Amino acid sequence: MKLPQKKSLLLVWGMLAAAALLPVLSSNDYYLGLGINLSQYVLMATAWAVFSGPTRYVSLASVAFYGIGAYAVAVVGDALPLPVVFLIAVAAGSLLALLVGLATLRLSGTYFVIFTFGLAELVRQLFTWYEVNITKTVGRYIFLEVTPRQIYWELLALLALLFALSWWIQRSRLGLALRVIGEDEMVARHIGIDVTRSKLVLFVVSSAFITLTGAIMAPRWTYIDPAISFNAVISFQVVIMALLGGAGSLFGPVAGAIPLSLLFEFLSARFPNHFSILLGAAFMVIVYFVPNGVAAALSAWWRRRGKAAA
Amino acid sequence: MNSSAPMLRVRGLSRSFGGLRAVDRLDLEVGRGEIVGLLGPNGSGKTTAMNLISGALVPDAGVVEFDGEPVQGLPAFKLARKGIARSFQLVRVPCELSCLENVISGLAFGPRGIWGEAARTRARGHLARVGLADKADVPAGELTYIDQKRLELARALALQPKLLLLDEWLAGLNPTELQEGIALVREIRDSGLSILMVEHVMDAIRALCTRCVVMSAGWVIAQGQTAEVLAHPDVLAAYLGGAAHA
Repeated sequence: MKLPQKKSLLLVWGMLAAAALLPVLSSNDYYLGLGINLSQYVLMATAWAVFSGPTRYVSLASVAFYGIGAYAVAVVGDALPLPVVFLIAVAAGSLLALLVGLATLRLSGTYFVIFTFGLAELVRQLFTWYEVNITKTVGRYIFLEVTPRQIYWELLALLALLFALSWWIQRSRLGLALRVIGEDEMVARHIGIDVTRSKLVLFVVSSAFITLTGAIMAPRWTYIDPAISFNAVISFQVVIMALLGGAGSLFGPVAGAIPLSLLFEFLSARFPNHFSILLGAAFMVIVYFVPNGVAAALSAWWRRRGKAAA
Repeated sequence: MNSSAPMLRVRGLSRSFGGLRAVDRLDLEVGRGEIVGLLGPNGSGKTTAMNLISGALVPDAGVVEFDGEPVQGLPAFKLARKGIARSFQLVRVPCELSCLENVISGLAFGPRGIWGEAARTRARGHLARVGLADKADVPAGELTYIDQKRLELARALALQPKLLLLDEWLAGLNPTELQEGIALVREIRDSGLSILMVEHVMDAIRALCTRCVVMSAGWVIAQGQTAEVLAHPDVLAAYLGGAAHA
């Protein structure tokens, strides 16, 4: 049980280190752009799974947090140093997650999905309303002197932090609480686990990372408006990446996010007009053929092979 | 806390589901170190009563005093931390967790929050107490039904409760296992716990319960010393389907 985890941990740290060397080894901007795109989706899918993996609540609110992160940079990025801006973004995202979590985490899973989808729309509409009626201009320019390299390294650093934190959570009391909750909430309650609080902590942590991803990515956009930064497709992509990889394990979402970001990148470049249709088809194929994710399918195959050999 | 009060005192406890009064003005007491049987035919409200006492359901009316303190309406996790542990009518153990992890989960979130090496050592002790010492690393899902029941009990004991609610914990055991089970419950009582048990197995009720409360259609139809209650005409009528006066 323990060895594969240690091995995959080493593998992931190795991959992160190798990925960090990419901009040093190659000055090709296309690869750097690709690396940024991959990293942001790996980050969001992993952060999404931190909450949704153990609790099995499907959140479609990722883009609400991502967009808030991006907007925080657009609004105060000029006036304040970048670390402070990031702190403000995280504070805003965490506060929203806290309020939403308090209001919804007592709901059953189905209602939660609908609520989070509605939330992302609501936030988008609020930003639009504010810009139309108060600032009188929809959209904002972001002119910050942040290089793509810097964005890429920030994303990787955040990913490393996320892995370390998830790894620590898994080993903590909270991690055990979440495993019990995931299997049987009734049991969890009757052995003294504060189920709502445990879910809330995870939802806030997960949302904070997604918010920060949006904040880091903001300078890359140069121009954002609510339709861009709160695009619901992002939420769906994050969900399907995490599900393809397997939301139940720490590194599962990585295995889903890398091939799917490449696929979506290819599809949107090659078939820009049919992207939505192809995206939908990809969703259905994945849910139908690998419902438990690649990680689970691989380990089931591995077990079968082991049994056949023995 | 208040050592003169009974461990559990329930007064006027009621709960309806739509038009159905599942539990209707239930009164019962469990003294310190006492085993009380909660009896009645299927659908008489026993499990609902257990759910109300353990906090899985919120009562519509009534008082639950635990260790001298009113606790009705508190969420289940708080009651668990105060010292009410339970088993379930249909056994519930997280199947992907090992037996050891199952018991550790009972230790980690209880009143003392035991964790780490101390938790592992204690968990092994609890497993040994219910006869699962050699199954520590086995996933709970791979245990037999009976062993899962033992594991559920070990997890409940890990909370170091004052009151244990057993919902048909002795059902479905073969005669040898039943004798072992009875001995185990008696030993747990002797170690100082108070126990309220829903049970149908008459041998177990006679062997363990000093007093019994019998419910039918949400009402208490009889309560008192076990031998007297089991001989009561209303109880016989309720069980045998005679003309119960409702």
